[in-house]
Amino acid sequence: MPVSTTPQGAPLWQRRTTRAQWLQYAAWLLGISLFLLCWKVISDNTMWVFVEDAGRQGSDLISRMMPPRWEYASVLWKPMWDTLNIATLGTVLGIAMAFPVAFLAARNTTPHPLVRSLALTVIVSSRSINSLIWAMLLVTILGPGVLAGIIAIALRSIGFVGKLLYEAIEEIHPTPVEAISATGASRLQVMNYGVLPQVMPAFAGISVYRWDINIRESTVLGLVGAGGIGLQLNASINSLAWNQVSVIFVMIFATVLVSEWVSARVRHAII
Amino acid sequence: MSGVDTLARQQGARQGYWRRLPLIDNPRVRWGLVLGGVVYLVLALASVEVNWARVAEGSGRALNFLGAFLQPDFVSRQNDIMAGLLESLTMTLTSTVIGVLLAIPVGLGAARNISPLPIYTVCRAIIAVSRTFQEIIIAILFVVMFGFGPFAGMLTLAFATIGFMAKLLAEDIEDLDWRQVEAVRATGASWWQTMNHAIQPQVMPRLIGLSMYRLDINFRESSVIGIVGAGGIGATLNTSLSRYEYGTSAAILLIIIAIVLMSEYASSYVRRWTQ
Amino acid sequence: MLTLTGVGKRYPTGDRALTDIELSLPKGQVMALIGPSGAGKSTLIRCVNRLVEPTQGSIRLEDAELTTLSGNRLRQARRSMGMIFQEYALVDRLTVMENVLSGQLGYVGFWRSFLRRYPQEAVAEAFRLLERVGLPHAIDKRADALSGGQRQRVGIARALLQSPKLLLVDEPTASLDPKTSRQIMRLIRELCAERELAAIINIHDVALAKQFADRIVGLRAGEIVFDGKPCELTSEILTTIYGEEDWDTSPESAESDDVQTVGDTFTSQPYAAHTQRPLASVASGGAL
Repeated sequence: MPVSTTPQGAPLWQRRTTRAQWLQYAAWLLGISLFLLCWKVISDNTMWVFVEDAGRQGSDLISRMMPPRWEYASVLWKPMWDTLNIATLGTVLGIAMAFPVAFLAARNTTPHPLVRSLALTVIVSSRSINSLIWAMLLVTILGPGVLAGIIAIALRSIGFVGKLLYEAIEEIHPTPVEAISATGASRLQVMNYGVLPQVMPAFAGISVYRWDINIRESTVLGLVGAGGIGLQLNASINSLAWNQVSVIFVMIFATVLVSEWVSARVRHAII
Repeated sequence: MSGVDTLARQQGARQGYWRRLPLIDNPRVRWGLVLGGVVYLVLALASVEVNWARVAEGSGRALNFLGAFLQPDFVSRQNDIMAGLLESLTMTLTSTVIGVLLAIPVGLGAARNISPLPIYTVCRAIIAVSRTFQEIIIAILFVVMFGFGPFAGMLTLAFATIGFMAKLLAEDIEDLDWRQVEAVRATGASWWQTMNHAIQPQVMPRLIGLSMYRLDINFRESSVIGIVGAGGIGATLNTSLSRYEYGTSAAILLIIIAIVLMSEYASSYVRRWTQ
Repeated sequence: MLTLTGVGKRYPTGDRALTDIELSLPKGQVMALIGPSGAGKSTLIRCVNRLVEPTQGSIRLEDAELTTLSGNRLRQARRSMGMIFQEYALVDRLTVMENVLSGQLGYVGFWRSFLRRYPQEAVAEAFRLLERVGLPHAIDKRADALSGGQRQRVGIARALLQSPKLLLVDEPTASLDPKTSRQIMRLIRELCAERELAAIINIHDVALAKQFADRIVGLRAGEIVFDGKPCELTSEILTTIYGEEDWDTSPESAESDDVQTVGDTFTSQPYAAHTQRPLASVASGGAL
């Protein structure tokens, strides 16, 4: 179709047909105007004087951060331990809840379509809401502290682990499941023998991956009062102690690098 | 299966005794790991301080909040919600566009097979920094630098987008089909022509898919960076929570969930369309 | 023993897979079900153990009506019908022993099976079956470490551990080389004779069907078009089942001998000596 003939009779090749070409122009035009419109909204809400000042502010910030107050690090060990616990316990709790939800949400293991849509709703709600928002809610309910952080991380992890796991369940080979059902196995036995062994590697990989992400997320939960190193970060920022903030940043950076390395090693070992 | 006496196991099985082989051969390592896990769990749980009186007091509030989900209040703070939502959506869109555009050069630079070592190192460093720090930390710094409002939020999200997209793009380029590139080079194509004809067609569908996914993430993130003053629906949510206006909070959360659902649906559609 | 009356299956898409199947299988009879792809062979045997729900008719196994069972009664009925699959359908990440023991799942409770604490006699029987099919050394291997023929033997052991009255066999040889195919068919045949099992075997290979079955049923487009002894299966009947083809010129025997020598090199594995021992005894036991 894209080959047409010029008035002189020579064949002319175009990548797309004329109509497709026009549609594409229209899409680009629409996209660019939408972008400009959005840009306008943002720029209307921005105090440009502050933005022009940004370079000076930035260099000022760096100069205040620069000799980091290393002795502050000694105060940070306990919050760091708390952060690690929030991430780890939260992941464990989240996985424990995500596991049954995933089985209820997978098309091939769900007992009933209604249960499936309920499980999918749980997964979507958990995924849509950032762990910081969960933490904010839980802090107003449970009060500030590590517990709110753990539950926030757990609630956010349900959706992540649940989604990836139910997708893995839907991708298993159906024949072993069929074979196990044919032996007269009960529903739970079919899950245990036919489904579980097939999704176990994926499950382990997903869990470790989520743990890695949770380490990152738990470093900031303290900003809303949910425990961990974020509390110190918040306090330091509020008291404008930027040379302590830089110490905290270095700590966070190091922790995240280590957790990423651990997670990569473990996932490599599993797969 | 070293160290396992297969004949003895067969002999046992003949008599009807058979147990699955343990996952880890060495019993010391096995029990060491179990013990380590238990000790960690005990220590970790012991260090969780729970103020049960406060929790009991909060349970009433939890019930109120659950009740609010059944009767979300969209109306009484309608204007705040609309303004916050508009800000969030505009931030999401602009930051994704800018972030993806900037991520392309960084991603090309971070692919070991097409870029020289100094550029590679710099680009990898950008990616590492952007991925390590949570959006909210970046937002704090940008708010200090650029002042309160959606501009700082947009820059935050764009910065986070760069790290995310560039890393995946670089990985894609690193394991793309090199024969196609060579075939195009063999025709005498220049560097730009090679990019355009050999690399772009291979990574484009995934790039579009990832951009859609990132759009989704950026919207979700835009709902939190408002907490530190970087604009968006997060600020509205934060205010409503601190005022204990749970009806409004519930309404905002429901809106967020609905928009994420819609964008997920839309992005799956777009992905099918581009592939 | 097994009686199908007026069995029909229509898929929700509207495709008719089976129409009015009348079939009766006495104890100990090995029946081969032949027919072109899509004729409904797989659907038919899956209707018997209800992996596929028949939409019409009745299926009786020793006076028990199978089509109306549900829950525990269905489990009990299923465990008396062992099934053997084309792609072996083993659970790759479980050990050979666990795969065989899964044949007991219809008999034991959930926690017992979850903790792998099977009754002693079940484990001993599982091991006897593995010895019988020539794989006693493989008990602790993972199923995906075995070759195709070995996996099919594990599948057979699993089906037999159910102490079935009936074997449902779905294309047992479709993924195997010609030599292993014959060994597997011979093994199934012999086990049926030992335990007086009836069997329905779906099979593509007409030569194998003729050689190893007592009775052949031809299925075409969901209907039975032939039911008789292997010797009655003439070229005309093959044409009604499969459609027009010059059946007589295909030198089946010569061809299969040819391939058999090739198959020898395929199956020369470290455990070849073990796997062939029980089969050699069958071969010397005379024609079946």
